Amino acid sequence: MFSPSHFTAVLLFGVFASTVFGITQRETPQRMFRYGLYCFSLFVGSAIVLSWVMYLIAR
Amino acid sequence: MSSTPNKPVPSAPAQSGFVFLPLIAGWLIPGAGHFLLRKWGRGALLAISIICMFAIGLAMQGKLYANAHDILEILGLLGDLGSGLLYVVGRAMGLGADSVQLTVADWGTRFIVVAGLLNIIAAVDAHNIRTGRKS
Repeated sequence: MFSPSHFTAVLLFGVFASTVFGITQRETPQRMFRYGLYCFSLFVGSAIVLSWVMYLIAR
Repeated sequence: MSSTPNKPVPSAPAQSGFVFLPLIAGWLIPGAGHFLLRKWGRGALLAISIICMFAIGLAMQGKLYANAHDILEILGLLGDLGSGLLYVVGRAMGLGADSVQLTVADWGTRFIVVAGLLNIIAAVDAHNIRTGRKS
């Protein structure tokens, strides 16, 4: 059984979802790549920010 | 009086045949819609992303929805069906957990559902390329 950490799961999810978003939502390869990177950074960044928010709320 | 020539229409590759073929092929097999349209690179990346996401979900002991007892299960089943033949093969081979008992398995279930939803987006993208809405 594959048992990644929560953060690894977020990274994997972000890579695959961003790849599909980039290819399907933009026209040219360069814009696809940039939009994919943008989506990936939003996935990972929002996960980190929300994690800190939940950590601070729980204290 | 000068006659201005019409702007040339962007040349689109001659497409013939059933217009919904890339949509259906892309739904059944991830990336196949783009392969039919000779978008090899895009098709390969889409296929790798969706198949890997589905496989990782199964490896995390995610659940393949089979019943439709309540609204959440119906939505999960619809998401799973988006994977096309991956879902059919997974069900036929008895892959996936019957019930979710671990946190990781819950994430795996989400991976499988999202893989199906992403496959639908990819299939619709192939249809848009086929109809000329997208290049």
